Formats: sequence, structure tokens, C-alpha cells
Amino acid sequence: MSSTRAQKGWFWRKIKWPIYHIFVGLLAILMMYPIAWMLLSSFKESRTIFATANTLLPAQWMWDNYITGWKGVGGYSFGHYMWNSLVIVAISTVGVVISSAVIAFGFARLNFKGRNFWFAIMMVTLMLPHDVVLVPQYIIFTKLGWLNSIAPIVVPQFFGAPFFIFLMVQFIRTIPKDLDEAATIDGCGKFRLFIQIILPLIKSSLATAAIFSFYWRWEDLLGPVLYLNSPDKYTVSMGLKMFLDSESSSNWGAMFAMSIVSLLPVVAIFFAFQRHIVEGISSSGIKG
Amino acid sequence: MAIRNESLKTNLTGYAFISPFIIGFLAFTLIPMFISLYLSFTSYNLFTSPRWIGLGNFEKMFTNDPKYWNSVRVTIYYVFVGVPLRLAFALFVAMVLNTASRMVGTYRTIYYLPSIIGGSVAVSIMWRNIFSEQGIVNHFLMAFGAAPVNWFGNATAALGMLITLSVWQFGSSMLIFLAGLKNISPEMYEAASVDGASPVRKFMNITLPLLSPVILFNLIMQTISAFMTFVPAYVISKGEGGPLDGTMLYSLYLFRQAFMFNNMGYAAAMAWVMLIFIGILTFVLFKTSKMWVFYESEGGR
Repeated sequence: MSSTRAQKGWFWRKIKWPIYHIFVGLLAILMMYPIAWMLLSSFKESRTIFATANTLLPAQWMWDNYITGWKGVGGYSFGHYMWNSLVIVAISTVGVVISSAVIAFGFARLNFKGRNFWFAIMMVTLMLPHDVVLVPQYIIFTKLGWLNSIAPIVVPQFFGAPFFIFLMVQFIRTIPKDLDEAATIDGCGKFRLFIQIILPLIKSSLATAAIFSFYWRWEDLLGPVLYLNSPDKYTVSMGLKMFLDSESSSNWGAMFAMSIVSLLPVVAIFFAFQRHIVEGISSSGIKG
Repeated sequence: MAIRNESLKTNLTGYAFISPFIIGFLAFTLIPMFISLYLSFTSYNLFTSPRWIGLGNFEKMFTNDPKYWNSVRVTIYYVFVGVPLRLAFALFVAMVLNTASRMVGTYRTIYYLPSIIGGSVAVSIMWRNIFSEQGIVNHFLMAFGAAPVNWFGNATAALGMLITLSVWQFGSSMLIFLAGLKNISPEMYEAASVDGASPVRKFMNITLPLLSPVILFNLIMQTISAFMTFVPAYVISKGEGGPLDGTMLYSLYLFRQAFMFNNMGYAAAMAWVMLIFIGILTFVLFKTSKMWVFYESEGGR
């Protein structure tokens, strides 16, 4: 009796991992299938994409899709849209990372009257649906004459983002306060303390914020839809949307090709900074 | 006197550091909220000055706008079906991945990748195409002997397509669950095993209670962001919310009222109703959470 149980255990131990990997692996394939389909469709001849929707590999590799796609729609090349996106992303990211770090230091290390009040306000804005300020912000930016410029998209980034502030506050709190005291005794002011001591120690949270800022600005559609109305200022998202709108030409291949191009920076950063990204999500709950 | 100056200086330094937040909060959140509240009682088209109409917008919304109620219905369906499915899936995968295997890192990456690219127009375009009449989803359905679905001719099917997209992006919730699971000490499970507890009992009596704070956090954040979903509905339906208003999510309808029909006052009123509804929902979640969220440090409830 006991020998059969031992045998059963032995058998189970032997097949446990193969079964596990088959199950988890199949699920992984299912998750990746749409992306693989899009990637390989970008190499198919446009009119065969749907006729061969059930096969992954193209019968003939059409690199031309990338050339015609890159020529773009609306009179501007896709490179033009990429450049516009890059400018917005660069300015926004610099702005949001610096301002969030300054604010986070204030909340985490300085004792001032009303600190808890403002921190609570910040946590509430973290959960505030932005729809409620969408219309008035649009009106304000219109009255300021900022329409059809990148200002409405980048300027707010210079006032910190609650998600990043919270993330950095959590990081700074893990740094021992003795460090501050030692520096203060040495005659170090608060500003120098921030720049020379705290900032180098929270590098990884700065990187996390920068990566997520990159993602959100790069993928942002609502901002450009609302505020940019001449095609020469359009971003990657808008360029793709124009492809979709002009689909009467049904150049599917080119559209998929540029969809892939638009994802390249995102995926490249993901693989380069995977560890930071995963830690950032796990510890702060930033949404992907 | 010196002491007063010292504390004044400390306060000033503190406020200097957080001043970007305060300025940004006033300029981009608080003042706009008041403007939005005011506009919600007016009729305003951006070109002529706002005209006070009292509760007119709310009256129209609740009694005289079937499209509004449709968007509420579609959104509630999207949130109350999509979020639980997504979280259940995320928890399930997190538990499967919470094991010692060299491949786990790779799997985690693969499962998380869709979430990282999820907000992009490219993915919405892709989703539109894999669900098209001749797309792969219909090919699979036919391969298994099922009838192909006309995803773009049927309001329910179109909404189902949006929900599938949101479930596919379960990665960030999964990572948060995974972090939570790693914090549960293995000794708990070992002790339960010695007592002969079944896996189901271990899940019910150890995993769920110890993970409940993380579940609450995920639930609230995912619910709020689901209510705000805009890009996929906008791109997949090409801004129309179709077919038959089946993908007319609340945010999309609000956007259309504001920026396509120039009904700024009506859109502001819609935004406030949404804010109040989300506020109540969050409050209820927090309140009822006392009954099911278990904080270890408090030694119980």
C-alpha cells in the first residue's frame, strides 16, 4: 500500500513540471499570438492579410510595407510624426521627473505646517477621474491661445504627477534619516541635501518615473486629439489614427508596419529596463 | 524670536519644495473643477457666453437622453464584467507564477508585455482587425465548429470585444498580486499542509485573507481606470461608439458631447455625475472592505 503511494508521488513529481510548463507556455503563446499576428501581417501583401488570417507566416515577405508606411499619410512622413512625439515625450519627461522629485523631497523630508493636509490632497487627486477637468482645461488652454501647440500637453507635466510623487516619497522614506542629520550638522542646506545626497540615492525611482512618463506620453491619444489640429504637429498616435481613417485605400500592410514601428521604442525600453519596470509596478501599483 | 524665525524658515522651505504641486493643483485641478461645476448648470458652446439653465442639463440627462442611459449601461457592463474578470485572471496567473522555476521570469515578461503596449493606438487597431469578419478570432471559432460572429454588427459582441481587450491586459494587476503573494510566508502553507488542509482551503483561509489589502487596492485602482476607458473604444469604433452605440463608453460619450457637438455644459454635468458616482463607489468599497480586508499588523480586522 505504502509502496503504491510512494510510486504515485514519484510519478507526480516526474510529470508535474512538464505539465506546468505546457499549461503556462500555451497561455503565454495565447497572450503573444495577437502581437505575433500583427508583426507578421506587417510583412504580408495587403490584400492577402485577411484571406490568410489563420496563418502566421507570410507567403512572401513584403518589406515594401515599411517603405510605403514610412511615407505616411496626410502629407507628412511617419518619421515626422515620430519626431513630434519624441519632442513631446522628452520635454514632458524631464519636466515631470524633476518636479516630482522636488515635491517628493518636500513631503518626505521637510516638516512644515500643513504637510499632512497637502499630502492627503495629493492622494485624493491620485484617484480623481480626469474627465472632470477635461472640459474646463480645454477652455482654459483655448483662452490662453495654446491651441494647436504642444503647451497644453507638456506644461502641466512641470507641476509633478501624483503617481510619481507618491512613488518617490515611498523611496525616500527608506533612506535613513541619520544621513540628513549628519549632512545638516556639516552645514548642508536643504537644497544641497536634496541635490547631493537624496537625489543620487533615489536614481532607480527616477528611472521608473521616466520610463512610465515615456510610455504615457508616447501612447497618449487624447491630448493630441484635443489640442493638435494641424497634421504637421501630429504625433505617432495621430499618424496611426489617420492610417485607420483613410483605410478606404485598405493598405493594411503599411498600417500594420507602422503600428509595429510605433511600438518599437516602447518594447525596446521594456526589455532594457525590465527590472525597474517590474519593481515599479509591484511596489507602487502604477498601471501599465 | 529666533525660534519663531527658525520655524518660519522651515515652513517656508517646505512650501517652496512642494509649491509646484500646489500651483499645479490649483491651476489644473481645483479651479477647473469649480469651472466645471459652474458650467454643469449652463448651456455653453465655447463661442457664446455660458447661459445659466439651472438643473437643465441633469434633467435632460436623466429623463430625456436615451443615449446617455445607454452609455451608462454600456460602461457599467464594461466595468462590472471586465474588472472582476481581469482581476480573477491576474490573481490566477500570479498564483501559477508564484513558484520556483527558472522560466518564471520569462513567463512574467510575456504576460506583462500586452499591458505595457495596451494603451497605444497600434493595439486598438490590431484588436479591431483580429476581430474583423475575416479575422483570426472568427477563423478560430469556425475551426472549433462555431459560427463566426459579426463583431461589428452586434452591440453586445462589440462590447465583448472591448472587455476581452481589457482582460488581455491583466499584467500590471498580476505583478501587484505577485508582489503580495511573495510576502506571504511559506511556513503558513506548510503548517496548513501538516494539518491536512486541501489546496482550496489553503486558498480560502490563507491566500485570500492575507492578500485582501492588495485585492482592495487593485479593485479600486482598476475600477477607476476602467470607468475612464477611452482610447480603445474611440479607436475601435472610429470615434462613433458603434455599432448601435454598443461601445459608447461614458468617457467617449462625454468626449463627443463636448468636442463634437460643442455641448460643454452638458459634458461638464456628465463629468460631475461620473465623479460623484465613482466617489460613492470608492467610499462603499472602503467601508465594506472593513468586513473582508484583513490587516495582519492590526492582529485581525
